[in-house]
Amino acid sequence: MGIVLKGIGIGNKISIGKVFLYNKEKIEFSQEKDELPFEIKIRQLEESIEDVRRELEELYKSIKETFPREAEIFLFHKGILEDEYVIEKIKSYLAEGYSLVYSIERAFNEIKSEFEGMEQELFRERAKDIEDVEERLLKKILNINTSSLSSLPYPCIVVAKDLTPSDTANLDFINLLGFVTEEGSITSHTAILAQAFNIPAVVGVRGIIDQVKKAEEIIIDSGEGLVILNPTEEEKHFYSIKKDEKDKISRELIKFRDLPAITSKGRRIKVFANIGSEKEAEIAINMGAEGIGLFRTEFIFLDRNDPPSEEEQFRIYKRVAEIFKDKPVIIRTLDIGGDKEIPYLKLEKEKNPFLGVRGLRLCLLERELFKVQLRAILRASVFGNIWIMYPMVAIKEEVEEANKILEEVKQEFENEGKTFVRNIKVGIMVEIPSIALSLEEVIDIIDFVSIGSNDLIQYTFAADRTNEKLRYLYIPNHRAVVSLIKNVVDVCHKFGKEVGVCGEIAGDEEYVPLLVDLGVDELSMAPSKIPVIKKKIIEL
Amino acid sequence: MIVEKLTIKNKTGLHARPATLFVETAKKFKSKILVEKEGKKVDAKSLIGILSLGVEQGQDIVIHVEGPDEKEAFEELKRMIDSGLGEGE
Repeated sequence: MGIVLKGIGIGNKISIGKVFLYNKEKIEFSQEKDELPFEIKIRQLEESIEDVRRELEELYKSIKETFPREAEIFLFHKGILEDEYVIEKIKSYLAEGYSLVYSIERAFNEIKSEFEGMEQELFRERAKDIEDVEERLLKKILNINTSSLSSLPYPCIVVAKDLTPSDTANLDFINLLGFVTEEGSITSHTAILAQAFNIPAVVGVRGIIDQVKKAEEIIIDSGEGLVILNPTEEEKHFYSIKKDEKDKISRELIKFRDLPAITSKGRRIKVFANIGSEKEAEIAINMGAEGIGLFRTEFIFLDRNDPPSEEEQFRIYKRVAEIFKDKPVIIRTLDIGGDKEIPYLKLEKEKNPFLGVRGLRLCLLERELFKVQLRAILRASVFGNIWIMYPMVAIKEEVEEANKILEEVKQEFENEGKTFVRNIKVGIMVEIPSIALSLEEVIDIIDFVSIGSNDLIQYTFAADRTNEKLRYLYIPNHRAVVSLIKNVVDVCHKFGKEVGVCGEIAGDEEYVPLLVDLGVDELSMAPSKIPVIKKKIIEL
Repeated sequence: MIVEKLTIKNKTGLHARPATLFVETAKKFKSKILVEKEGKKVDAKSLIGILSLGVEQGQDIVIHVEGPDEKEAFEELKRMIDSGLGEGE
């Protein structure tokens, strides 16, 4: 039997294929001095710099359209590469007879340590960029191919410690069979990406990196969260039959994609998608989404050193609005807190970030950041059917304050003569019990409500959902949760407002019947879940 | 030679993208350009040098420009800094 490792499965598919280990490990030291003539080493250095310069320019060009902010990193790296100060340092060691690799490492180490000693975190962190450039240069000299996910050598399952948005900026979908990561959870970048693109993945697989080095072939069963290394012929046979069955089911499901979700009693449920990027918006519309129930904008703000500009945000929102035309696109304003590292925000370390300054609370403190986002949303509003949604609302006063800021921005727009949708719909996420129980107070100043069930459940039971030991407290159909949801639905309907659900349970076959029963008007889920949930509703 | 004090106004200071822009602008000129902060002087054409100053929003730098195109170079750099180094809207 092959070695079986367990993790968190994303989706319900099986893949069998060769391993592609994507690693970013450090290169080993080489000899200090060598006999090569100085001129040859200098020429090798200059040629390698030129090669890396071209490589960085290519990378910049290839992603600047789709990921403008990630693309800029490559220009920054090019700037480091071309720095005469660095090149002179390397040359001075070469002149002393040191080897090329050693000279580069020594020069870069000196520069890195200078940065690591800096007071400001933002600048200290640039040591990582300097290291990135060093690594590129060394790989070029040592003739190690920079492994890239944009052109995979053969059909394969990508195994990595973890993947960041820049690793996956330009994925080779033709050869990609699946993902396995050592780190990560259901909300990590890899998991969200896999869900959006309907690629099987198993994340949080402890020990995979060590084990996989000895494996050529692996099987992943994302429905069970299993990874099998070096499978036997028997296992391969068993899983290829299971794979065929699952693929057949998913082909049948596709038929439901474009049907309206109407129950046997004639109730129409709107089936929307949760997305985090423009790319996912395209997938969502192809999977049959009737709108975007949750556009998580935090991805635009993460993994970068300065806040996204109004222009950058505007372009993203506009693009998504254009894809969905008259269908609603609910943009959730920035929803982050102290658990995230955002260098430019300088968030305070909090004892309990999930009960701290996050979501709308943060936006009300960081007004400029909030206003820039609202401006970008308003500018995009004329290109489709955009709605605004505030996250993490606890009491009515927060909504009043947010609306006041929105009104200010609208005033500014009017003074500037800018066009925008004046009566843009504004709603809130209900994810804190206090607002679920006092919704009547706020309902007349909002247009719609979306229940964020993940947090609502976690805050109801006061139990961290990602804590393994407390998994038993994640009970979506517990009467405490059900009565909160029921209250929200009843209040909304009494006042003629629409109510949706955008948490995990909205895309879970087990809980969809309950939500439909409670009277929810709209369900929003990962794009890949849409066909199966439509089928479930139609069969209700 | 031109020596003048300027205040960095953009949000992240002379950091990644703004610093890249600043250095690229400096490189367009023949003049020797130095940037000084709290006594430490670096070459304005070195990205590493500029970053190592750790200049944050609201801090002052002194620019020293000397060469055939010193006037144009200074004017251009001053204009870049005043307009927020690509970070202003």
